[in-house]
Amino acid sequence: MLARAEPLTIKIGYVGRAEKKATISLLDYPPDNDGVAGARLALEDNNTTGKFLNQRFSLEEARVKAGTDPTDVILRLADHGISFFIVDLPADMLLKAADAGRARGLVFFNAGAIDDRLREEDCRADVIHTAPTRSMLADGLAQYLVFKRWLRWLLVVGSHDADKLYAEALRRAASRFGAKIVEQRVFEDTGGARRTDSGLAQIQRQIPLFLQGAPAHDVVVAADENEVFAAYLPYRTRDPRPVAGSAGLVPKSWDAAHDQWGANQLQNRFTQMFSRRMTALDMQAWSAARMIGEAAARINSADPQALLAYMKGPDFGLAAFKGQKLTLRDWNLQLRQPILLADGRTIVSVSPQEGFLHQFSELDTLGIDRPETKCRLK
Amino acid sequence: MESRVRRAKARSVAPTKASPFEAGRAHFALPTLRPFYMNGIRYCEAIWRCTVVGICVPFLLAGDAQAYKAYVSNEKSNTISIIDTAERKVVGTIKVGQRPRGIAITRDQKYVLVAVGDDDTIQMIDTATNKVVDTLPSGPDPELFTDDPSGRLLYVANENDNTVTIIDIERRTRLGDVEVGVEPEGMGLSPDGKILVNTSETTNMAHFIDTATRKIVANVLVDSRPRFAQFKDDGSELWVSSEIGGTVSIIDPVKHAVKGKINFAIPGMRQEAIQPVGIAITHDGKTGFVALGPANRIAVIDGATHQVQKYLLVGQRVWHMAFTPDEKYLLTTNGVSNDVSVIDVAALKVIDTIQVGELPWGVAISQH
Repeated sequence: MLARAEPLTIKIGYVGRAEKKATISLLDYPPDNDGVAGARLALEDNNTTGKFLNQRFSLEEARVKAGTDPTDVILRLADHGISFFIVDLPADMLLKAADAGRARGLVFFNAGAIDDRLREEDCRADVIHTAPTRSMLADGLAQYLVFKRWLRWLLVVGSHDADKLYAEALRRAASRFGAKIVEQRVFEDTGGARRTDSGLAQIQRQIPLFLQGAPAHDVVVAADENEVFAAYLPYRTRDPRPVAGSAGLVPKSWDAAHDQWGANQLQNRFTQMFSRRMTALDMQAWSAARMIGEAAARINSADPQALLAYMKGPDFGLAAFKGQKLTLRDWNLQLRQPILLADGRTIVSVSPQEGFLHQFSELDTLGIDRPETKCRLK
Repeated sequence: MESRVRRAKARSVAPTKASPFEAGRAHFALPTLRPFYMNGIRYCEAIWRCTVVGICVPFLLAGDAQAYKAYVSNEKSNTISIIDTAERKVVGTIKVGQRPRGIAITRDQKYVLVAVGDDDTIQMIDTATNKVVDTLPSGPDPELFTDDPSGRLLYVANENDNTVTIIDIERRTRLGDVEVGVEPEGMGLSPDGKILVNTSETTNMAHFIDTATRKIVANVLVDSRPRFAQFKDDGSELWVSSEIGGTVSIIDPVKHAVKGKINFAIPGMRQEAIQPVGIAITHDGKTGFVALGPANRIAVIDGATHQVQKYLLVGQRVWHMAFTPDEKYLLTTNGVSNDVSVIDVAALKVIDTIQVGELPWGVAISQH
């Protein structure tokens, strides 16, 4: 009887933001372990499988403050033997982290940043994206609104840069799928607290006032990534119209209400482990860690470049409870995925919608496609 | 390995009693004493016969299709639809617990067992009265199960806690469990009863469990999201479906290795929609049937070459199926169109569709 060989070990790092986002709704307040919890659940799943394959996975976590350089953190974790990094950082910080990792052949998974430029002009050969892009989210929403024939949109945009980027993605989606933006209005962020004792009474009057006098429209689409106004729109619009985008009908990669295609299995495992519901960021991190586990199971290697090559190859696919295999777009390493449309209590629909066809994969009707890409992987 | 003489065609010609002897058999063969199918799980005929000595079964009359009872679990309606396979219509409905899925009939034909996952139990329905009379301690969230050749033990896949639970049916007690991979579902018992294969959906493996020691003796990696495991009756092959991977793996059960894969291609159908789930193989091992989920088709497979012979269009989101005991018909459950398709096995044609409850999941057919 052969002596049991040492297990193949794969060490993964999770690098996230130190700050938490302020939200309008109490229900949306992010938990402390948002994101990393998803990675930890995937590690459990990987280690259960790993028992049968003599493989062992471990996770180490670190937090980086906004506007700082993550290089030191990355190198410190790399010194601990970590070669795979699941990252939730703003775009520029992610790129700095990738720069730091280049010399050591580290592989990065972008689980948090939705910027299209990271998959276009700023794409990298060693950065895989499990988070969807703004364009994928906007396209997922637009396809459904077009299916419903709600073609006239009143677009309300926040005054921050990220809001403008989202609005751009929504414009592109409207023109791509045949909707019309009848008017765009800007909701200025004039500062101030989100939690107040009696502010509701004022909001009830402000919102319809802000939205009055608009051309005829079917839906109010909000681009408000900074949580300044969108959550106040539903049921307060001037005319009785559904709200979509940053509030109302929201496109996301995952939602705690998703129960199709065996998803409740994952939701149950998550809730049992963390006593809270699973967020989109959790799922994006779970997907990254599971991709590593799945690739390792198939080729029985811990080498980051070997695993990266396999993940980019034609045999790789991730089962992620969305009804079909998820694969990487080989031109920019974006994980193809269906987009859920959630209303906060149920999943209303899943895009791509039926009828939107594509030569290679219907998932590529979402986001920027190969013929349009600016990405040259380097 | 015993070869089976096809008597189906002969019966419809003239009223004859089939010969009680068959080549290679050591004991009497009553023509209707055939192994029955429960979600594609077959039972070793020799062992089965030893346990049902002395049962008298009526012979088929000329021209009449034998009437069997097909029990269909309706995942959403929380009911079981009973179909008379001769009349091909629903003749009864049984109210059961929350989220019925895996369904089977005990060897003595006395009970229908149905896993009601959201109630964390398996219900026992008396086939004489169609009433729920008892429950089995299945462990949490049971989905699929299979019983052993003696009919005494039940092996249950507990989807939520990565285990296979072993139950003593008679005493209604849990005897133990086996730790497997993440999200166990498929359960296939080898014809000799010695090996139980369980598939785990997220670990993507087929675990080979020795039923005597209750230990895993081998693990075979398959394509993504395996759902169903089916041995050929002669024990020579194990077929495992991969829903997300889109293939069926042919596994050598002795070498514990994948020796081939069945790929599917349907003109005009996008590849991602071809999602193999349930499998049924004829007793003689010559023809296999694979349910392809949202591709809405059953693939007919040559059991020797593993080539796809044709695709049969059935209802929407077809997942599971069962043969009538005479293998004349194959009934499939079409979850999204809420119906059951009837396939004439000899002609390889879909001949009927029967409306059942909401989201039909599994089907088990009585022996008489």
